[in-house]
Amino acid sequence: MEQFTQEFFNLDVMAKVAPFLLQGLLQTLLLCSFLIPIGLVSGILVMLLTTSPYRLLRWPAIVAVDFFRAFPPLVLLVFVYAGLPFIGLRVPALVAVAVAFLINSASYYGEIYRAGMVSVPKGQREAARSTGLSATQTLLYVTLPQAIRNVLPDLLSNTVELVKLTTLASVISVPELLHSANLARSLTYNSSPLILAAIIYLLLLLPVVRLIARLEHRL
Amino acid sequence: MTAADAMSNWDRFVFTFFNADIATKYGWEILQGAGVTILAGLAVVITGIGAGFGLAALRAIGWKPVNFFIIVFVDIFRSLPPLAIILVLFFGFPNIGIVLPSLIVLWMSLGAVLAAFAEEIFWAGITSVPKGQWLAARSTGLTFAQTLRYVILPQAVRLGIPPLTNRAISITKNLALGSAIGVNEILGRANSALSMSANATPLTMGALLYVLVFIPLVIASRTLERNYRWGEH
Amino acid sequence: MSSTAAAPVSRYLLEARGVRKSFGPTEVLKGVDLLVEPGKLVFLIGPSGSGKSTLLRCCNRLEEPDSGSIIMDDVDLLSPRADINAARRQIGMVFQSFNLYPHLTVQKNITLALRKVVGMSTADANARAAEMLALVGLPDKAASYPAQLSGGQQQRIGIARSLALNPKIILMDEPTSALDPELVGSVLAVVKDLRDRGITMVIASHEMNFAREAADKVVFLDGGLVIEEGCAEDIFLRPQEDRTRRFLAQIRH
Repeated sequence: MEQFTQEFFNLDVMAKVAPFLLQGLLQTLLLCSFLIPIGLVSGILVMLLTTSPYRLLRWPAIVAVDFFRAFPPLVLLVFVYAGLPFIGLRVPALVAVAVAFLINSASYYGEIYRAGMVSVPKGQREAARSTGLSATQTLLYVTLPQAIRNVLPDLLSNTVELVKLTTLASVISVPELLHSANLARSLTYNSSPLILAAIIYLLLLLPVVRLIARLEHRL
Repeated sequence: MTAADAMSNWDRFVFTFFNADIATKYGWEILQGAGVTILAGLAVVITGIGAGFGLAALRAIGWKPVNFFIIVFVDIFRSLPPLAIILVLFFGFPNIGIVLPSLIVLWMSLGAVLAAFAEEIFWAGITSVPKGQWLAARSTGLTFAQTLRYVILPQAVRLGIPPLTNRAISITKNLALGSAIGVNEILGRANSALSMSANATPLTMGALLYVLVFIPLVIASRTLERNYRWGEH
Repeated sequence: MSSTAAAPVSRYLLEARGVRKSFGPTEVLKGVDLLVEPGKLVFLIGPSGSGKSTLLRCCNRLEEPDSGSIIMDDVDLLSPRADINAARRQIGMVFQSFNLYPHLTVQKNITLALRKVVGMSTADANARAAEMLALVGLPDKAASYPAQLSGGQQQRIGIARSLALNPKIILMDEPTSALDPELVGSVLAVVKDLRDRGITMVIASHEMNFAREAADKVVFLDGGLVIEEGCAEDIFLRPQEDRTRRFLAQIRH
């Protein structure tokens, strides 16, 4: 037990590495601050393509979405980061993270919005169009707000996944929270930094996970 | 730009990403990685979904202290990034005398994450079965366990299959994280072939292999979702 | 065109001729004419699947007719140059399942198109909504959400929503079919009131007693064709066609 506490819950180590981990946390938050909004918006664009009445738009979009749902994000990240330099496209690590995870999360968000749109009764669109609202106005004021409300737990849940996804950036040495923690672990020969990072992730995400569970059981 | 230049650029692209020589040289190696990925994936899916199902059934009994621990387990493993769990098990546990092979670490971590999500999905299914089903079954003399086994769980499972398929796919894709702790799965082998050959073709092969493994599941999930919707109406 | 002053002006507000519509292999409308004079109440009757609903939906192009012509107030709705959103403003529609927007209050349900299509200020739109709510007898429901209202109240809001745009004609697709019997009367009372105010309406409905009492013209559809049409008294008391007689007998049990 003593050994366990020493290894995983060493408060001295935690206190020592805390400032360093905090910097990692800032990097994680920075990643999230652009990945989440851009992901949410590009997901809507993906949904518009996969639900388009025009086959020439719809089918390529569906194939692309399925392709990227089958593509592990880490493989995508490594491909962008380590593969592209071979043809002279050297991308900074942060850009690689942004490109890889946005492609991945836009596909997932897009599928969630699509499920939401399917759940809005056809009569809603018809009622809106019958009062003269254009297709865009109908989407903006009538169908999309209802779609988002219907899939709110899924959107939140995918956002949690996106935050967890940022840990993969550590594999290409982006100094986000988990990377800092792992570095601190190797310097201190002690796993408490990893546990501290885990606790920070729990503090960030557990309230959202609880909220999702509440929303789901209400539905 | 002349046609010759364009040609050479195209050649360079093909040479870099679709190099037949490199593909033959490392193909078998990476294909074996696919074997590891598929077997580990099966192990994660079977144990994860099995454990999740068991936990949900246990939770249905309604024993408060047990439920408390189930809920804590589920919430924590739904919140933690899988890579964080993998690193703790792989780097931390040896220091307290528990040395686990990297493949086992990968399986345990992802299995636990999937178990947490599966429990939540099955539990949502159980709670969404109307109360009248319990009443009807108990009124015909079925015991609690029989009601759960023959009436409630089959309906809960049916409701849970589409979200569970999606979740299983997205968690199993994290098998690529094994490359970070030296598991010889597709990405790990592709990465080492990449550094040995100084060519991106192994990475292309790895990516395509992953897509080949997962695309049937993604298409299956789409079909399941559609059938499920039709069944509703 | 308004510039060609000599052009003959139709005596009909809505003039649909030879409308055909198929869904896949099944032809739902096989060349239907529907002529509506201004200020009149036209009833569409017929068994379910006879094409009433499709005909109404073709009249504002919620369904695209395969062929035929639809002239609304001398504007050819099927012309590629027609501004369909502007035209739809002139054509109110009331749905069987109300189709109120569940995420908006009653007031916003009514004012959405006023603000976004007509371009009214919020204050003017709200005043208009209040006026409409008074007209359908629900002046105190502006802040309610649709889910808080009974079916009859929801349908009256649906009528208020289409009426607010000051349409030239209102199409009603089985407006009382989804209502409990005791709620039907309140909706029909509103319809009667609109008729007395001279608002042109086409109603697909099974409310035969109401049709006899209030309709200026009754059109009987069956199998995608108009079988018989005339004034309410003729259709109900002296039907000429066999199929009309059989349908009416069935309705009366």
